[in-house]
Amino acid sequence: MLRFLLNRLAKAAVVLGVVVVLNFLLIHAAPGDPATVMAGEAGAADQMFVDQLRKQFGLDRPLHVQLGTYVSHILQGDLGFSFRQQRPVADLLLDRLPATVVLTLSAFTLALAGGIALGLLAAVNVGKWADSAITVVALLSYATPIYWVGLMLVLVFSVNLGWLPAFGYESIGAGHAGLARMGDIARHMILPVATLGLFYMAVYTRMTRASALEVSSMDFVKTARAKGQSEWRIVTRHVLRNAILPVLTVAGVQAGQLIGGSILVETVFAWPGLGRLTFDAVLQRDYQVLLGVFFVTSVLVVAFNIVTDVLYVLVDPRVEIAK
Amino acid sequence: MRDPVRFLRRVAVAAALACAPLAAHAETPVKGGTLTAIIQPEPPMLVMGLNQQAPTQTVAGKIYESLLTYNFDLSPRPSLAKSWEVSADGLTYTFRLQEGVKWHDGAPFSAEDVLFSFKTFLPETHPRARALFGRAESIEAPDAATVVIKLKEPFPAFLQAFEVSTTPIMPKHVYEGTDFRANPKNATPIGTGPFMLDKWEKGSYIRLVANPHYWQAGKPYLKDIYFKIIPDAASRALALENGDVMQSQYNDIEPFDVARLAKLPNLTMTKKGYEFVAPLMWLELNTRVAPLDDKRFRQAMMFAIDREFVRDKIWFGLGRVATGPINSVTKYYDPNVPKYPYDPKKAIALLDEMGLKPGANGVRATIKFLPLPYGETWQRLGEYVKQALGKVGVAVELESTDAAGWGKREANWDFDVTGNFLYQYADPSIGVSRTYLSSNIRKGVMFSNTMGYANPEVDRLFEAAAKENDAAKRQEMYSQVQKLIVEDVPVAWMLEMEFPTLLNTRVHDAVTTAIGVNETYADAWVSPK
Repeated sequence: MLRFLLNRLAKAAVVLGVVVVLNFLLIHAAPGDPATVMAGEAGAADQMFVDQLRKQFGLDRPLHVQLGTYVSHILQGDLGFSFRQQRPVADLLLDRLPATVVLTLSAFTLALAGGIALGLLAAVNVGKWADSAITVVALLSYATPIYWVGLMLVLVFSVNLGWLPAFGYESIGAGHAGLARMGDIARHMILPVATLGLFYMAVYTRMTRASALEVSSMDFVKTARAKGQSEWRIVTRHVLRNAILPVLTVAGVQAGQLIGGSILVETVFAWPGLGRLTFDAVLQRDYQVLLGVFFVTSVLVVAFNIVTDVLYVLVDPRVEIAK
Repeated sequence: MRDPVRFLRRVAVAAALACAPLAAHAETPVKGGTLTAIIQPEPPMLVMGLNQQAPTQTVAGKIYESLLTYNFDLSPRPSLAKSWEVSADGLTYTFRLQEGVKWHDGAPFSAEDVLFSFKTFLPETHPRARALFGRAESIEAPDAATVVIKLKEPFPAFLQAFEVSTTPIMPKHVYEGTDFRANPKNATPIGTGPFMLDKWEKGSYIRLVANPHYWQAGKPYLKDIYFKIIPDAASRALALENGDVMQSQYNDIEPFDVARLAKLPNLTMTKKGYEFVAPLMWLELNTRVAPLDDKRFRQAMMFAIDREFVRDKIWFGLGRVATGPINSVTKYYDPNVPKYPYDPKKAIALLDEMGLKPGANGVRATIKFLPLPYGETWQRLGEYVKQALGKVGVAVELESTDAAGWGKREANWDFDVTGNFLYQYADPSIGVSRTYLSSNIRKGVMFSNTMGYANPEVDRLFEAAAKENDAAKRQEMYSQVQKLIVEDVPVAWMLEMEFPTLLNTRVHDAVTTAIGVNETYADAWVSPK
């Protein structure tokens, strides 16, 4: 297991190295730079203004020199400094990370647990009304844009019914502390988590259903049934355990993507997370912040993949550890 | 009179209604309220001397002050200067400063801070201020409460330059001898304004609190102001609707939502408070590129585009159809210029005269249009222009980019036609001439004369008018220059933009000057629920 892990980590390091260089080159290939954006926002700019900013941002140096500086900083664990926001990138990311982690982890847990349960329920009741209802709802949730779902939820639960807050991470200026603050954050989480979770839940529901149906027709399930095992035991011990493997694979990849998917939700709900930081940084060409976000998400995606591989080994003993 | 009682009752109701606004206006300000406002996009920093983005101005306008501010008619009124005088030859400006003013950190404010700002800080960091103070021969402080500026030559627009976004007064004791942009104090801006930065949760909100030592005794009335960052336009509209926020400004609300929100019982809308910036929207025409290099083609575009349609259907009635280069609320506007009513036949006649005959597919010419990437409304403008010009045989290919890409292309003349809007800053010699002067054709510089327009007579008139002390003569020159430019159509003027400020009915005295929401809010107050 240790060799397996070391092998995976070595590969991950190579992947991350390539990603770092590619990110850097891609970002600099986009038209315009932070100085252009800030000159545009100022509404009036002269050459001196743009030149001053370029010098301050280090954009007046050749690209390979900028890349060299960036890589050497990364190797020392320094994610750089956002001149636009006048703060170290690591601080900006750390500020935003908790909000995104809370949002995505909750949505992910909801999606995975709900999706697997509903998918199994549909598979067990295949052809019956429960199956049809689950399939239709899953299809609708999958096909409806996240953005629109979010706004509709706000319209219904916030504007019309007044039950839940429309946006934000917590009530600003309310002065909540301790448990009251946790409760306040939880209330703010309901709509964004539901919005983000619904989409992914639909994916997992459909995958689990398809996979469970496939497994149900296999010989070992028939054997188990012939042995007179209870239906509950068959579903949980035999069907679920085998049907869950492809779902886990997809979930592993998507756990990283979820951070990307949260950009829309964070925008609609004014959620102060990494997704929005990324979105703003793209528009503002805040190179250092973008590179920082891309680096951190790359690390997360690679990490999630390693975790998935390990989980695979644990869930399915047939998967051999690479020698 | 069949029912005198009913009649009297009606009279009484009418009288009460007529007096209601007066009564509301006469209400005594209540101290201690909290104002919540939208701020979007999130400002990069709050040091006004270093950044003048619109959201920065709205927030930092409460932290910093300048010498003057301006009434709706653009006449100056006191701020950090309690009085001022201009010499008869228009060369010497003398400002007498308020007494007892302190910086947020307790240090005393004096003429030295003004000198430092005008001579050192702003010329280093602020393009507009750099151009203004480049006109000064000397800036001196004969005593701690007086500042005297001598100009090299007359520039009557100079008195319009002392609002907070153009000439914010920066603290000398904080910045002298430091690298201004890298000063660690930039995170906690120190101004003289009625509000101080308390907390900035990036991505979430900015909280300003009342300055207890503000130089206007008894003010500000508000206890604090929360600026909430809400990135999505639909969410912003909902937040105003359900009372989560009490103020929106500029482009916060998409034009199609404004009329609906303005009718809600908890909201009021005003278009006042943008007189100083007076935004003018146009299609920028690259006059170096055929067929846009021919004046007749540009005039044909003006005739082919129904600008009332643009105002009514795309901007949902927000704005006035522009007549030429000067906004009607800016000084020296003249409506007597050649007119371009919607007349596709005239457009076709002009194109025919140019020899641009329709080909087999009905197309006379093809041009590219790069919409300003500022949201859906600007995209709709692109789609409409494509349709309108298509009707007279000009095919339009729509391009797309984001703000950074747009900025690069506009500055480097990499467009045929692009949408744009510029602020006029109260006087043509500050905010208008920059677009049309041939000396301002500068590749790589945004918002310069990117069209490549050059007319020696226009140059001469703009330069002469900028130095003319006699207002009547100035008016004459600006009237002439407006006629010439409108004839040449270097840009196709669309609308004098109107920005809506939506306010909760509990908010009072927020928009009181020509800089509107960028004002200090020393007078603003919120009535209790």
